[in-house]
Amino acid sequence: MANTANLEAHATGHGHASHDHHTPTGWRRWVYSTNHKDIGIMYLVFSIIAGVIGGLLSGAMRMELQEPGIQIFHGLAAMSYGLEGDAALDAGKHMFNVFVSAHALIMVFFTVMPATMGGFANYFAPLMIGAPDTAFPRINNVAFWLLPPALLLTVLSMFFEGPAGALGFGGGWTAYPPLSTSGHPGPATDFVIFSLHVAGVSSILGAINLITTILNMRAPGMTLHKMPLFAWSVLVTAFLLLLALPVLAGAITMMLTDRNFGTTFFNPDGGGDPILYQHLFWFFGHPEVYIMILPGFGIVSHIVATFSRKPVFGYMAMAYAMVAIGFVGFVVWAHHMYTTGLSLDVQRYFVAATMVIAVPTGVKIFSWIATMWGGSITFRIPMLWAIGFIFLFTVGGVTGVVLANAGADRALHDTYYVVAHFHYVLSLGAVFSIFAGWYYWYPKMFGYMYNEFLGKLHFWVMFAGVNLIFFPQHFLGLAGMPRRYIDYPDAFALWNRVSSIGYYVTFVAMIIFFYATWEASRKKRPAGDNPWGDGATTLEWTLSSPPPFHQFSTLPKIESKDAH
Amino acid sequence: MVTGQFFRKMGAAIAGATALVPVAVSAQDDAGGYAAPGQFHLQESVTPIMDSIVAFHDGILMWTITLIVLFVLALLVVIVVRFNAKANPVPARFTHNTLIEVVWTVVPILILVVIAIPSFGVLSDQMTVPDGERKYLGANIFSLGEVEVPEATITVKASGEQWYWNYEYVDQGVAFDSNILSEEEIAELKPGQPRLLAVNNELVVPVDTTVRLQVTSSPTGVIHAFAVPSFGVKVDAVPGRLNETWFNARETGIYYGQCSELCGKDHAYMPIAVRVVSAEEYEAFITAFAESRNYAEAASVLPAL
Repeated sequence: MANTANLEAHATGHGHASHDHHTPTGWRRWVYSTNHKDIGIMYLVFSIIAGVIGGLLSGAMRMELQEPGIQIFHGLAAMSYGLEGDAALDAGKHMFNVFVSAHALIMVFFTVMPATMGGFANYFAPLMIGAPDTAFPRINNVAFWLLPPALLLTVLSMFFEGPAGALGFGGGWTAYPPLSTSGHPGPATDFVIFSLHVAGVSSILGAINLITTILNMRAPGMTLHKMPLFAWSVLVTAFLLLLALPVLAGAITMMLTDRNFGTTFFNPDGGGDPILYQHLFWFFGHPEVYIMILPGFGIVSHIVATFSRKPVFGYMAMAYAMVAIGFVGFVVWAHHMYTTGLSLDVQRYFVAATMVIAVPTGVKIFSWIATMWGGSITFRIPMLWAIGFIFLFTVGGVTGVVLANAGADRALHDTYYVVAHFHYVLSLGAVFSIFAGWYYWYPKMFGYMYNEFLGKLHFWVMFAGVNLIFFPQHFLGLAGMPRRYIDYPDAFALWNRVSSIGYYVTFVAMIIFFYATWEASRKKRPAGDNPWGDGATTLEWTLSSPPPFHQFSTLPKIESKDAH
Repeated sequence: MVTGQFFRKMGAAIAGATALVPVAVSAQDDAGGYAAPGQFHLQESVTPIMDSIVAFHDGILMWTITLIVLFVLALLVVIVVRFNAKANPVPARFTHNTLIEVVWTVVPILILVVIAIPSFGVLSDQMTVPDGERKYLGANIFSLGEVEVPEATITVKASGEQWYWNYEYVDQGVAFDSNILSEEEIAELKPGQPRLLAVNNELVVPVDTTVRLQVTSSPTGVIHAFAVPSFGVKVDAVPGRLNETWFNARETGIYYGQCSELCGKDHAYMPIAVRVVSAEEYEAFITAFAESRNYAEAASVLPAL
């Protein structure tokens, strides 16, 4: 396909120099793209679109939960399905579960992962290691173009029958059987399963491409131990994807055959066990949460160093802390299953193993702080997001230590405390790191600067908003409010109302973000090669902004002792 | 015990200080078997298991995580004040300090060990059904066990259905369904009971008695979870499996819980209500129930709610 584009470029008379200097134009540039930067941009745009859908779904949930009783979902169901009375109420209850499930699936698989491992990793890992492109550009193209159909399948699932007489899949992103098998006989679940298969293939292909690129295409002189930390984080994450996703694929394939071909892997009637699915799912699911956060670790390391005008503190510890987190992440899965009936000894093991993760995570937090310590810090937009990330991730991390204790988790499992915890590490952790990366690299990707005031306003409004949403959810969880509930006892009204107000504040923050992005693209303030000054030392800042269509046709030589 | 209570109170106070809502603080004492309006901490305990969970969370975990977060926040504030470009125009160049790196690796390990010791004790208590000999931690989680709990004498089986609970008194072989009451039904039958929590037929158990609780789900059904926060009990109800736990409530009253594993459209509408009564009342109830096999008839021997 790329050859076709080149040939056509020749035919129209643009090209006479070396083969790789042609820029395909129009839709071919994007649809046929084998260029890591263009594919990275497409991933980012895709992630933003998916994020808007996922964010609107959670908006409906927060509006519903703003007050006790059922506020909007019976009305939504009445509007969508033309039902009335009790039928609309029942459909609305199920619809809430559908929204919960779709929100999580979209945010995990189509917003966070495409932004970090699709967008930033594709765009910047090759630049940072001095590579002209990724190792398998066409695989890269396929990996991206598998995602839109996967998202479409998830969205479509909301319009097909799930449980008898109701539309959509309402089994949560965890999709535990038997609720996802006998509890959802309709095809909606099969749509979700197929969506995850396709998204999984996409991620595995992307992971293979990134691993090969990073292991084989580093510039001369760039040993692994001189490689920038973002490239390290991508390498570790890609290995996690490669090892974890096939397990998910296996689990949902078993579920597919249970559903359609009469097997009984998870059906006790035929000698199967629903808990087996949970082990398989969480063997994938726990590494998955590190897949979402590790690239953020890499991004934040660069931003903190850049704006402190100081090299990263404890580079080796930072790199191997990520390796350790990735490794230990594979042996802690059953801490999601303390209440399923695991024996005492098994629970003890998972308590101990899970608490171990706090140690490398602490190393990272303190190393970021030590990087800033003694620095000469300018608080530009990306730095605010990075510092916000460090603080919020700390809050999310310590509640993780609480939940690691099976004894305490007995009271907190499946309550809003868990919802608060994982939104602090993901919605406030991973997403803040994505915004940090976006503001940090936007000048590089598009050549323009953001309005400093608007970017900072976005940060502060969003910081207030997300904390208002999720901090009170700790209280709800401690007081016992179960998660995935469309209605709650009146005692929980206060903190739910505060949480919903937080959503509206966050909504305003997102409007500021889109306005600021529009403003930056209209005002076209030129960024120059390196807008962030002498603290920005990685290779992408040696290139123009945006970088040439193909970079490093002469490979850079890494000679300095501290490439990172 | 005194220090334990001090830590618990302070832990709850930390949670309260972060809340900064005086309305919520004043509403804390009247738990009524479930959360109070605006509640921001764990529910009031009526079992040795929940005593230990509350002591562990409020006394150890809440302190530790609050101090860690405040410590990180303080460091960030110092950095913002001292190391901004105006205050410190020339950045330092250091990138290593072996001592500090060892410290911030070893100190967290020590903190985790200190957490792990009571954590394992609290967990072991939860997972061990009393045999009459074993001593339980209760609120004193750093003890080796000082609370005596009698051997389990009653076995109740809770089975999750879509969407209600079925309870069986295993020794008598009698069972009944427990369904949620609508607001209209509450007003008519059990005025004053909380919305979404009140049921038609509560599980009746005696006070100060160890109840062995078996939890499962209908073989063709889905997974639910049986939870009563003030007992410190949460067990998944899994088709094809029989999970076991226990509780020993020390105060009479009705204690509520809610299904805690997504189970379909009425997941939010299958509450759990356990009515703890005196030993004499229970005896009268269970005798009547075993004879009549009719819950409503048996419940009529209990004092009106």
